[in-house]
Amino acid sequence: MSEIPAMKRVFVTVGTQLAFDRLIEAMDAWAATAEGVEVFAQIGPSDYQPRHMAFKGFVTPGHCHSAMSAADVIVGHAGMGTILGSLELGKPVLVMPRLEAKGEHRSDHQVATAKRFDGRPGVTVAWDESALPGALAAAGERAARAGIEPTADPELIDAIGGFIRSVKRSRFLGHRRITTDGRDAGGLRPAGSQ
Amino acid sequence: MDKAQAILNGPDRPTKVMAIASAGGHFVQLLRCRPAWSGCEVFYVSTDAGYAPMVEPHRLIEVTDGNRKAPIKMLRSACHLAAIVWKERPDVVFSTGAAPGLIALVLGRALGARTVWLDSIANVEKMSLSGRLAGWVADLWLTQWSDLAKKSTRGVRYAGAVV
Repeated sequence: MSEIPAMKRVFVTVGTQLAFDRLIEAMDAWAATAEGVEVFAQIGPSDYQPRHMAFKGFVTPGHCHSAMSAADVIVGHAGMGTILGSLELGKPVLVMPRLEAKGEHRSDHQVATAKRFDGRPGVTVAWDESALPGALAAAGERAARAGIEPTADPELIDAIGGFIRSVKRSRFLGHRRITTDGRDAGGLRPAGSQ
Repeated sequence: MDKAQAILNGPDRPTKVMAIASAGGHFVQLLRCRPAWSGCEVFYVSTDAGYAPMVEPHRLIEVTDGNRKAPIKMLRSACHLAAIVWKERPDVVFSTGAAPGLIALVLGRALGARTVWLDSIANVEKMSLSGRLAGWVADLWLTQWSDLAKKSTRGVRYAGAVV
């Protein structure tokens, strides 16, 4: 893969919670063939011990951020931290979703996430480990910047911010009372019932 | 009357927001909502103290992570969260998930705070279990996918996404 000048450093991440041996093993096999590419993997509690790439179980959020910043391509599970973190930095990201059937997560939501984000500028999906090497080459060629704004949709910020601004606190003889637009919080009740 | 009210209310201070999310994608999404509480007094809670430099000058409190497959840890997390909510008395509790965020909403609500749940953008086809349960305690209950809001029979709202 050394013929792709855009890809000198690859950062692999499986996120903060679970093992993902399938991804780590496939990336290790790829690293063995990728000359001149520096690969660093954050493998979480994975059992598989890489032999062809540098790795660490967990890294601090600060270290993760700097490893992502230094990488030309980021490879990871289809977690939102990986996808959003990469896009915020304008880095191409290749994701492989975790499968519930293989015991890789508590549900198949990463498959749905991958489907929704597939094709977004900067995002490439490898649906399984056999698709990984080809998808990696494609992601590497896509050195195109794929940045996003550093904050959420303005409408979302307005909705949350407007709600927070409507919260009023008052005190009556030392008793704290919090209301939204004059309404008491009251007891527990379904959110949609007012 | 205004004067009397002012004396009863005590000095004006900004709304206090507790912003809580588990480490990883949940916290990245939470940080993207930061402008929503500009001007408020805010403190952050996560499952990894390593995010502290990213939220300076505000405080970050670390709590144990927990999920339905790790109930003992979840209990420890809940006890710690109860202590935090009791001591800090936030006016608003905001969370993007996961389990510790839901627990914080319940505890915050019990002590009179108003609550906001923003379900993770990762939940495309169905809201997370935490997110569905949050519907019972969230004053503002949001999903990031418009089709999920349209399908909802319980009134979850869509007001945009973090990306």
